Amino acid sequence: MKCVLKLFITGNTPSSIRAQKNLKIICQDLNLSDYEIQTIDVIKHPELAEENKIVAIPTLIKESPPPQQKIIGDLSDKDRVLSGLELVSQTIGE
Amino acid sequence: MDTTPNTNPLTKLKKINTGIPGLDTICHGGIPKGRTTLVAGTPGSAKTIIGTQFVYSGIKQFNEPAVFVTFEEAPDDIKSNVRSFGWELEMFESTDKLVFIDVSVDPSTPHTEAGNYDFTALISRVEYAIKKINAKRVCIDSIATLFSQFHNSGTVRHEMRRLEQSLKQLQVTTIITCERLTEYGDISRDRVEEFVSDNVILLRNVLDNEHRRRTIEILKLRGTSHQKGEFPFSVSTQGVEILPLSAIRLPQLPPEPRVSSGNIELDKMCGGGFFQDSIILCSGATGTGKSLTVSTFLNAGCVRGERVLLFSFKESREQLCSLARNWGMDFEQWEKDKLLKIVCLYPEAQSIEDHLIRLRNEIKAFSPKRLAFDCLSAMERICSQKSFREFTIALTSLIKSNDLIAFFASNADSLVGGSFSLHNHFATIVDTIILLRYVEVRGEMRRGLMILKMRGSAHDKSIREYIVTDKGLTIGSTFENISGIFSDAPIQLPSAEHDRLNQLFEPSVNGNSDE
Repeated sequence: MKCVLKLFITGNTPSSIRAQKNLKIICQDLNLSDYEIQTIDVIKHPELAEENKIVAIPTLIKESPPPQQKIIGDLSDKDRVLSGLELVSQTIGE
Repeated sequence: MDTTPNTNPLTKLKKINTGIPGLDTICHGGIPKGRTTLVAGTPGSAKTIIGTQFVYSGIKQFNEPAVFVTFEEAPDDIKSNVRSFGWELEMFESTDKLVFIDVSVDPSTPHTEAGNYDFTALISRVEYAIKKINAKRVCIDSIATLFSQFHNSGTVRHEMRRLEQSLKQLQVTTIITCERLTEYGDISRDRVEEFVSDNVILLRNVLDNEHRRRTIEILKLRGTSHQKGEFPFSVSTQGVEILPLSAIRLPQLPPEPRVSSGNIELDKMCGGGFFQDSIILCSGATGTGKSLTVSTFLNAGCVRGERVLLFSFKESREQLCSLARNWGMDFEQWEKDKLLKIVCLYPEAQSIEDHLIRLRNEIKAFSPKRLAFDCLSAMERICSQKSFREFTIALTSLIKSNDLIAFFASNADSLVGGSFSLHNHFATIVDTIILLRYVEVRGEMRRGLMILKMRGSAHDKSIREYIVTDKGLTIGSTFENISGIFSDAPIQLPSAEHDRLNQLFEPSVNGNSDE
């Protein structure tokens, strides 16, 4: 199943840049076969922040596979990101 | 922090009407415009109702669109909770007058914290909503949840401060609610006042003798005036209503007509008489002429053809009539003319609640223009302080709602001195306070009269000597060469020193000493 991740950031703030970098590394490490990262700037698209009820920046939402998961922060704590995403078991299973 | 230049803040700061009955009165016109006001209270103290009412009234009464940021309850819950007040928030949503921003916690999708974060998304959502409907008001309810939702409380504080700054820049007027743990303790649980501290309103819900009593206190409104102390409020079918404890006269109201006290000199001291619709408290020790002042006041009403009602808690009707006759007032004739009604009540005869109902029925039946109580302090002995307080509050609103002028006589505990026994809260309720006191001068008991306060009017500030004769109360001049008359221990000043003091304060003292 395709893994869809939404990352909500604000422009080029240091924590947003860090989150993007960290997410990229995590995805590579996980060796996901099929994944998509949608990066959304809430300054440009506040309506999308509203729609997804985002409070904190950066916020990562795993849309699929279900269940939906929400992780906030710059994703620097890799272990927490992995456990939060509940993707670990999936990769091990493959 | 403050972006507005620090020139006279009293004239710079505008206020907006909250639309909550009574609140604008005790806030002296509303809450500061374009600023944030913190409403703090324990659970169940009606914080959310106040916040919602601020939003609802803003749209309904002033056509000011609003944004409601909810951290605690889901928007649907809030909407259904206030439906019983008749507030149809959905209608406002559909006409773009109201936008809910739902930040309530969804228990099914908890988030994981993995690194540093800020609340830029929340801030841009709020800004976006404000700009979209051109909102003028914002309610944020209640930020306490944020602290349990996000573990880094330092970040939460910092980010809420940013949100507040952003709201200030957008010039919206905001109410933020927050939790308190105790009724009389720290302002808020999470030290919220550290980032919204300019304006603080406290709500209390105190258990008192098995009854809940709600009160509201304006702790501060930076750079502007407000009434101090706790004011009772109720949550009725129309929402929150703060009881009109004291009908303060806002400066924009035209001056009210004056009515005579029956004593020309006393009228002069009051700047032309009492105000219609005001409450006067006359505090005096026994034998200082309280009953006389009451009788004179009532007689003056009858002379003008007004209906007057007297509640007597000590003397019988016959005693009162014969006393009045001695002073040259024919109460029996006024009774025959249906202008005067004397209701004698024995305080111990029934409970204070029953008394109140009786008073209400009598007022309703007779519909007087003037009302007098002689003397109110007798009621104090049959109930607790709190009950007496509630009694006076209820009585006051009864008087105010019937457009009456009421005169309360009250017994002072001590023969001399400036203190008076009625609880302090009552002194804030009444519009005018007259003190009648004994003054010891050179081993002789004389009597002094003073207008301690008169709301909304200039009045004579001096202590005047008076005598009681068969013609009534005759007010004379000020006490010469004596200071500290009402401090229990008057000090006689040698004439030389008195003159010297007068010269020191020549411009201000002149007027008084010449009289």
